[in-house]
Amino acid sequence: MSTVSMTVNGKAVSADVEGRTLLVDYIREHLRLTGTHVGCDTSQCGTCVVHVDGKAVKSCTMLAAAAEGAEVTTIEGVANGDLHPMQKAFNDNHGLQCGFCTPGMIMSGIDMVNRYKAEGRQLDEAAIRHELEGNICRCTGYHNIVKSIAQAASEM
Amino acid sequence: MHSLNYHKASNASEAARLLSGTEDGKFLAGGQTLIPAMKTRLAAPSDLVDVSGAADLRGITVSGREVRIGAATTHAEVAADDALRKVCPSICDMAANIGDPAVRHRGTIGGSIANNDPAADYPAAMLALGATIKTASREIAADEFFVGLFETALEDDELITSIGFTAPAAGAYAKFPNPASRYAMCGVFVARGDDGVRVGVTGASADGAFRAGDLEAALDGAFSVDALDGISVNAEEMLSDIHGDGVYRANLVSVMAKRAVAAVS
Ligand SMILES: Cc1cc2nc3c(=O)[nH]c(=O)nc-3n(C[C@H](O)[C@H](O)[C@H](O)COP(=O)(O)OP(=O)(O)OC[C@H]3O[C@@H](n4cnc5c(N)ncnc54)[C@H](O)[C@@H]3O)c2cc1C
Ligand code: FES
Ligand code: FES
Repeated sequence: MSTVSMTVNGKAVSADVEGRTLLVDYIREHLRLTGTHVGCDTSQCGTCVVHVDGKAVKSCTMLAAAAEGAEVTTIEGVANGDLHPMQKAFNDNHGLQCGFCTPGMIMSGIDMVNRYKAEGRQLDEAAIRHELEGNICRCTGYHNIVKSIAQAASEM
Repeated sequence: MHSLNYHKASNASEAARLLSGTEDGKFLAGGQTLIPAMKTRLAAPSDLVDVSGAADLRGITVSGREVRIGAATTHAEVAADDALRKVCPSICDMAANIGDPAVRHRGTIGGSIANNDPAADYPAAMLALGATIKTASREIAADEFFVGLFETALEDDELITSIGFTAPAAGAYAKFPNPASRYAMCGVFVARGDDGVRVGVTGASADGAFRAGDLEAALDGAFSVDALDGISVNAEEMLSDIHGDGVYRANLVSVMAKRAVAAVS
């Protein structure tokens, strides 16, 4: 066991964990932030996506210890009083059915919009679909997810 | 996952020193292959020495046409590097299509080539670019580095520090991804340099990435799509599995090679 400290959603946190503890387990079990989901635990589905130092990563495929000192943002940390434009867009466009994949979709969506904006690139429909390759949804067929991200991209 | 001791290295020599003190330790880079393997207990190291934050293993330098990429540089960093894109856009485009964005934010070039998955993209690029793999103690030519399925010329505990190559005059990578895993069913990297054409193939062979000599000879004769007509690799040496048999994969090699040549010529 060793103490792993980081900033999660702007708050300094610290917990004693084993070397093998995954970041997603640190977030869910130790911090009780259960909005980040585990869909596959085999690095395929993207329901566990969080931002580490501003970049989307699969928290089931990163050790908590490797995030020592990092700034982590989870789905619980994106709304700032009002819903984040990405959350609102999923709401407006019915970008979900069961909602299990949604936290990961939103975290990936925010990440792709931020990156494309920073690089001055156009996030068109084809780009959104390419960027969503690591996020699996078993319900929607993706169309409304793509629409949601496109709307948020125009508002963010 | 079995229990383990985690260590973080801040530079290459510290990483080597930390690993040498362990019972059955392994380097951890992006963890995008090793962590899934540890979950299924295909790997069960006693210790992990995390090199992802080692300052001297990170970053890309381009001087003239000489390129050096630190082993712990992520796929996303390779994809987005402007200086590298100016001299060798093909490797940037290749990196931009590895896995998905989250995998590219963590996965590294050093981890990918050390792992030498027979369907990984970087091995084909390293062969076609005639890259040199630098470790803490020596330099290994790509032609000698990739030995076989998940096998490389690395000794146990040998740390890759960087990859170097001379950017070719032209190059392109064409990939036929497996629609489920996104790994290459077949990927062909064609590079046209001062010493002729080099063709690196991944995904297709049961023995891992290889150079396609017949395709290189044909393209040395005439660098055109037509020059590849009727030229392929031996189907019996290609991988046969539920995703496609050897004949199918041999055909994919020709088709992807043509697409890569079409993209540069
Ligand atoms: C969903 C998914 C999709 C993927 N799709 C693709 C794809 O399309 N194409 C593709 O090529 N790959 C793909 N990958 C694999 C990905 O590219 C990995 O990042 C890569 O194979 C391993 O790099 P890593 O940095 O994550 O290494 P790790 O997983 O940390 O390590 C892998 C191995 O390399 C060793 N190692 C790491 N760094 C060094 C070093 N500097 N020196 C010596 N040994 C070292 C480790 O000890 C370990 O044995 C995918 C992975 C996932 C999870
Ligand atoms: S739970 Fe992490 S990718 Fe599926
Ligand atoms: S809404 Fe059910 S998995 Fe996406």
